[in-house]
Amino acid sequence: MSEPGMGVSSAARTRPKGLTFLSRYDDPAMSTVIDMSKAVVLLERFPALAGATATVGAGEIVLLRGPNGVGKTTFLRSCAGLLPVASGRLNVLGHDLVAARRAVRRHVALLGHTSQLYDDLTVVDNVQFWSRASGVRDGDLMGALDRMGVSKRLHSVPVERLSAGQKRRVAIAIVIASRPRLWLLDEPHAGLDQSGRGLLDSLLVDAAEAGATVVFASHELDRAEAVATRSLSFSGGLIVSDDE
Amino acid sequence: MQQAERKDSMTGSLATTTLGWASGASLIVVLVTGLITSPKDANQGEAVRLLYVHVPMIWIAYGSFIITAVYSGLFVAKAASRPDLGRHLDRVAGSAAEIGVVFTGLTLVSGALWGRITWGVYWQWDARLTTTVLMFVTYLGYLALRKLPADPYVRSRRAAIVALIATVNLPIVHYSVDWWRTLHQGASITVGNKPEYTNDILIALLFAVVAFTLVALWLGIHRYRVIRLEEIREEEGIEMAIAARRAEAEVGS
Amino acid sequence: MSELLREAGLIARKDLLIEWRSRVAVNQIAPLGMLVLVVFAFALDANQSLLDRASAGLFWVAVLFAGIITVQRAFTLESEHGIRDALRLSGIRPAAMFLGKLAAISIQLFVLEVVLLFGVVAMYDATVEEPLLAVVTAGTGTLAFSAVGCIYGAVSLGLRARETLLPLLLIPVVAPVLLAGTRALERALGVSTQAGWNWVGLLVVVSAIYTAIGLAVFGPLLEDG
Repeated sequence: MSEPGMGVSSAARTRPKGLTFLSRYDDPAMSTVIDMSKAVVLLERFPALAGATATVGAGEIVLLRGPNGVGKTTFLRSCAGLLPVASGRLNVLGHDLVAARRAVRRHVALLGHTSQLYDDLTVVDNVQFWSRASGVRDGDLMGALDRMGVSKRLHSVPVERLSAGQKRRVAIAIVIASRPRLWLLDEPHAGLDQSGRGLLDSLLVDAAEAGATVVFASHELDRAEAVATRSLSFSGGLIVSDDE
Repeated sequence: MQQAERKDSMTGSLATTTLGWASGASLIVVLVTGLITSPKDANQGEAVRLLYVHVPMIWIAYGSFIITAVYSGLFVAKAASRPDLGRHLDRVAGSAAEIGVVFTGLTLVSGALWGRITWGVYWQWDARLTTTVLMFVTYLGYLALRKLPADPYVRSRRAAIVALIATVNLPIVHYSVDWWRTLHQGASITVGNKPEYTNDILIALLFAVVAFTLVALWLGIHRYRVIRLEEIREEEGIEMAIAARRAEAEVGS
Repeated sequence: MSELLREAGLIARKDLLIEWRSRVAVNQIAPLGMLVLVVFAFALDANQSLLDRASAGLFWVAVLFAGIITVQRAFTLESEHGIRDALRLSGIRPAAMFLGKLAAISIQLFVLEVVLLFGVVAMYDATVEEPLLAVVTAGTGTLAFSAVGCIYGAVSLGLRARETLLPLLLIPVVAPVLLAGTRALERALGVSTQAGWNWVGLLVVVSAIYTAIGLAVFGPLLEDG
């Protein structure tokens, strides 16, 4: 079990390569993005995280591994400031989430098992609403949809008529358009076809190169390991190993 | 040692045991003064004896809801920064509301019986009665919310907000119903419009108020302690769950 | 402040757009309100003079039914598909959420009330003698109902058994609104000679109180859990 915090450091960061959609955040002073120490997070009364410790640096692509029910989703949700930390320490992007969880949220995107889309609205309605809601005025919405291979034909289709994979592509496009500094993805490959998975993987690499940080949970280990720069293994609500 | 163990597993203490005996004794006094020594009223006859139950009940109910309101307000203000204090405030608010709902229910039942004898009907759409029944269902909703499965802190905070809204709402209800009834019809019979009572009746009423207040206090303190014991048990559960979860990790790695 | 209103407008616009695209209010909630009016005619044995006298009260009972469903739907929308998390992450202010939801629900209910008012006129043989009073009563009554509805929609958001909890919490609190709305509308329909505008005054006060409470408590209500 290696010491947490020994992973890829900010030295791995490179300048954006013509990726305008990520250029909003480019703060070189931020080298540690997630700093978690002995964090206990309770879901109602169940300790989903039972004292987990981890450090993630800027520009890293970190894979969370482990079977179901070991705390990966809770880790992601905690880092997004959605769950209170019962004890321990959690700093994300310089915000102390034990003290206040709201401030960090606008800089973070969390893509979970759900689509986070309004079924009755069309694809474009959804993308417009969510990017405006997160305060992005100049987002390249069509570019983001394009990048995820959502064809123009689907733009005015209500989301409820899309397939699971199409919904996921739209959801990822919304993440792209909101240009987060920290991407938290919970099994992002689920539901996507081969080309979608390929698009997603290249997107994650581009995001990290542009200075964003990516943390994702996946059971597609072959694919995920090829993208990740590091992996954290979970077991019983703890992080039990940290591998380059 | 035995003392300490007893303290952790029981809800009684020397003080509350004394209080319990005092409540019981004073209830016997009320039975005697209410049913035997006090005379029947000139106008209401034997029905006046229902007031010895009815009047203390509604006073206690109002008192309980005032306690719920005050402690809910304190919860909203303090619980975020002082979790332990917040839990205490929440327990007081919850147990007081339970007492309040039970006593409001008894008020309605005793009032309906009294009304049947005195007015010939169980119910009058009078401002006070209408307000009381709406108060009853309002706090039933509050208690229903407190029983739902959710994160304890989140649930307590929502319940506190509901209690505060209920407090704001009651004067509005009372005022609007009062206005409605005065506009609609001439002065109806009101519970408050009491004839002059003799001293014997007032003394019996005083005994009854003291006795039922003791009972309510005794019940409330025990409810508070039961809630606290439940929380302690759940907390121990969490510590054990964390240990079990970590042990799971050791086996897994 | 302008940012708050911008966000509120975003929420309101989104909710109305959802209604425009799904037509649930038009296709289901409005017919349900009309159905309530019909059922009351059965209950009162289609006694035309009785229906005329009771028309104001029956109107508000129909609004109550339709209103509860509208509030329930407005908050169910936000609890599906992880949307609640997404809204929290977006950083939209809770006060803006409250104002946006309040606006969207009020607008939908107000349109519904205009339809129901025609229903009351047509089916119960009621006559609108003071149209201004009728419209202002509907407007202020709707605002008061929706403000309370939004608060309790948020209280029951994400809880199990929210379908049953919402009416239980809501109805005692909107009782004065129904009472005042009924009295004022009775005057507007020429059924009573009470001072209708005084009741409208009460509705305005109640709207103001619950809007202020909603702005204050939406933060704590939506924040977690």
